[in-house]
Order: sequence, then structure tokens, then C-alpha cells
Amino acid sequence: MKAFEKAIEKLLLICAITATLSVVIITLFIFKEGVSVLKDYGIVNFIFGSKWSPTNGQYGILPLIAGSLSVTLGALVIGIPTGLACAIFLSEVAHKRSAKVLKSAVELLAGIPSVVYGFFGLAVLVPGIRQYILPMVQLINKDATTSGFSILAGAIILAIMILPTIVSISENAISSVPIEYKEASLALGANHQETITRVIVPAAKSGIISSIILGMGRAIGETMAVILITGNMPKVPGSALDSVATLTGTIAMEMGYATPEHQKALFAVGIVLFIMIVLLNIAANFTLHKLGGQTND
Amino acid sequence: MKKIFSIGLILVFGLFLLVGCGGGEEPAETNGQEEETLSGTIVIAGSTSVQPLSEELAAVFMDQYPDVTIEVQGGGSSVGVKSAADGIADIGAASREIKDSEKSLGLDEYVIAKDGIAVVVNPDSNIEDLTMEQIQKIYTGEITNWSAVGGSDANIVVVTREEGSGTRGAFIEITGVDGADGDMTTENALVQPSTGAVKQTVATTPDSIGYISLGALDDTVKGIKVEGVDVSVDNILDNSYKISRPFNYLTNGAVPEVVQAFLDFIFSVEGQEIVAQEFISVI
Repeated sequence: MKAFEKAIEKLLLICAITATLSVVIITLFIFKEGVSVLKDYGIVNFIFGSKWSPTNGQYGILPLIAGSLSVTLGALVIGIPTGLACAIFLSEVAHKRSAKVLKSAVELLAGIPSVVYGFFGLAVLVPGIRQYILPMVQLINKDATTSGFSILAGAIILAIMILPTIVSISENAISSVPIEYKEASLALGANHQETITRVIVPAAKSGIISSIILGMGRAIGETMAVILITGNMPKVPGSALDSVATLTGTIAMEMGYATPEHQKALFAVGIVLFIMIVLLNIAANFTLHKLGGQTND
Repeated sequence: MKKIFSIGLILVFGLFLLVGCGGGEEPAETNGQEEETLSGTIVIAGSTSVQPLSEELAAVFMDQYPDVTIEVQGGGSSVGVKSAADGIADIGAASREIKDSEKSLGLDEYVIAKDGIAVVVNPDSNIEDLTMEQIQKIYTGEITNWSAVGGSDANIVVVTREEGSGTRGAFIEITGVDGADGDMTTENALVQPSTGAVKQTVATTPDSIGYISLGALDDTVKGIKVEGVDVSVDNILDNSYKISRPFNYLTNGAVPEVVQAFLDFIFSVEGQEIVAQEFISVI
């Protein structure tokens, strides 16, 4: 029996090594392919250059970074309040049975392929923004114009896409706040609403923050839905109704056709994306640590 | 006994890993197998504009010769030229004229079809005709309002293809958007990654303009005249319609029998009938 266990142990070890190795190999590969462009073109020129025009040999990715960040930020602005409200409602307000149904409905959102989200955005949001949102904006700013392919469309779709992440992790965190906290608060004369805002949510904040950071990671990395609805215009945006190109979208669109030099530049874009996501993860770990390392597991 | 079993397990697992790693290199080894009867594998790589036509031709050819396998890959015109030169593909496909720098590679060129690029506008547009100069100015961002070219007072929504696309390359070169400083396409253009996406965008976005292969033109968008000439097969063959391009097949040196048979098939009446379904026959 012992030998058999050893075998299983070895097998698990191989699996673990395979997973770790893949990360290392992918990282090495991206850097190997992309670093030469960063070196030749100059890191500062590459990151702060405002013109992305690979056929002309111009590889400034500032518009792409601005595009990715603006869409992600928009998604968070819409997604965080909605998601948090939903999580609080599910764990504190709704009846157990209806909460169960609602929660599985939200989690179902996670199972929809991103291209379907993109198609929904293309068919509903893009024309919707052009027909309904634009006239409203024009009341304030007469010169406003949009084709509908915009940051706003991307942000709305991404907000829906990150909802399941935010809702389910936050809901877990809120549910796992010890019942004594709630009882003590209520016993001290606080009403239900005060208990939620002053006691339960603060006690669950580390879980809530990690849910937001995970959601942010998903939003930055999303590709297919964004390609379809943001217009892919590599230009630093001036308003939420402008079209933008994102880092991931540009890589996906142009990789197929790219000449060797262009391809290396796309790998360099990958490096930037990679570093952004690593920084995000570090920030996530750091905040969790700072908040006392409370996790909800 | 158990020890042997465990070692065996690890070996098997390791083997799986190795097999998994080796998978990527297989296609290269299967190239150029020839026998007395026509059989073997042909790899075609290159322009995604030529790809659907290549697939169509390949399907009929493989029906006739069941022992032949034809693999059609994308990658773009530049990749097509390079693959043929490097011997990665038996046939490289390019949807544009071969550049002088590429001519020096000494590849054999076969024009298998011609394709027109139709300039399309939203079906609700009242634009019927644009000159090459107007198209150039719209795409470089010099003209931004339809009223400047005889339309209604509305901003032009310019739709283009992604960087590196063969259709974009052909379009900017022919219309002169490709100026002294390279690709001068306006920054304010929506970029769509495929012919279908351009068509969809132009069909649903008011005041938009885009360009697609003639083969993809249908009623969802409105094809306009260029310099007063309708976009049509006859007008492209007699060169009166300006925005057109050849579909090239490129081979490197002496080709295997199976590749030669495929090329002969393309230039047969039957092959060109397939070409004519979507594109413009060259015979």
C-alpha cells in the first residue's frame, strides 16, 4: 500500500510541477519575444507614446493602456455598487429560499461565454447608446457625437460580466461574519440598516475587497466581448462615449496578421498587461494583509 | 510489485507529457509524400481573404482525389509570401500585388482570381458615388462630414480593418491613403477585425462607410460607385473599377506532382467556375 501511496504522491508532484512550470515557461516566452522591442523602441517611448500604428513602425501603447483602464474603471464604477448591494441583499435582506434562487441566477451569469456578452452588447447596447444616451448627453454638450461603440458600452458589459465574481465572494464574506457581531449590534439598539452598514460590511471588508480585485482582473483580461463593442480605435479617449482599443483586444485582433516586428510589439504589449496584472495581485495581497489577513475560508 | 507499478505509472504519465509536447511539430513531417497515384498533403497558408476560396477549391479537389489532404491556413498575405519562401507551406496565398522586395525571393506567381474591394455605406445613406480622392480624404480624416461630398450634414463614421489586414493593405494602397508617411488612416476610425464585422458595423451604424471584398457584398449594406463606375465583375476585369486586387498563389521552385495537379485544377474550367461563384475568374 505504501508504494502505491508513494506513486500517487509522485503523480501529484508531477501535476504541481507541470502547473508551476507552465507559468514560468509562459512568462519566459512572453518576455523573450517582447523584450527586444522594448529595448529597441525604448520603454518610455513604448509606454507613453500616443500613437499605435504598427504598419508605420509606431508602437506607442498609451492609447491602449488608457483604453483598458477606462473600460475597467467604468466597469468597476457600475459593477461595485450593484454587486455589493446585491450581495448584501442576498445575505441579509432576502428570505433564505428566494436568496438561493437569486444567487444561482447571478452565478449563472458566469457561465455565459464572453462572445455572447459581446454579441448582446453589439445588438442592444451599441445602438441603444446611439439612440437614447447620445440625445441625453447632447442636451448638455451639443457637440457630443458617438457611433455607439464606446467605453460606456464596454463598461456596462464588463460590469455584468464581473457581477458573479463580486456577488458570490462578497456574499460569502458577509455570510461568514460571526452571528455574535450582529446580535451584539442589535442588542446595543442599532437597527438592521445600521448593523449592516456599520458592523457587518466593515467586518467583511477583506473579502469584499478581494472580490473587487478579482473582478478587476477579469475586466482587464476580457477580450472577445470588448473587441466587439468598444470600436477598437487606438486613441486616448476624451469622454465615456468615445471608442477605445484595449491591450487584450489589440493583441487578439492583430496577432493573426502581424509581421515579425509587429508580433514582437504585441508580445511587448503582453508584457505590460502581465506586469499590470501582477501588480494588481500584489496590491490585492497587500490590502488583505493590511486588513488583518482575514479571509473567508 | 507495487513499486514496479508506481514506476510504470510515472513512466506512462511522463510519456503523455512528451507526446503532448511533440504534437505541434507533426504537420511539417507530413509534407510532400508522393506516390504513384495522386496522394499527399498540400499546405496552403496566407491571406485570409483568399482562405475561403482556397478551402472551396480544396474541398472539390479532395473529393476527386480522396488520398490528397489539403490544409488551408490563414496568417495574412505577408505570412503567405514568407511561408512559401521558407518552405513552411507548399503554396503561399497573397491577396495583393507582390512587392518588389518580395519578388527577389524568386517565387513563382499564379494569379488564380481577381477580387474587387467594394466601398460600402449604410443603406440609409443618400451617397451614390465617390471619387478616389474623396475616399482618400475620408479615410485620412480630411473630410469628416458627409455634406462635403454631397451628403446630408452628418459626421462620417469611418470603419476600417485592423492593422496588417490584407484587405486594409490593398485598400489603402489603391486609394492612396498609404501616403509618404505610411498608413495615414485617420485615428478616428472604428477598427473591425473581419470583413463580416465591417459589414455588420456599416449595416447597423448610421452615416458609416467601410470597405469589404466584392464577394462579401450583399443587401445589408449599400455598395457605391467609385469614379462613377459600379462595382461589378465586368468593371473589375476591364480595369475600369479602380479598387481591385489579384489573388496570388506562390510556389517556391519545382513543386511536387500533387501541388502541380492542384494548380492545373484551379486553372481548369471547373476550378474557375468555383472561383466565379464568389470572385472573378481569370480565364
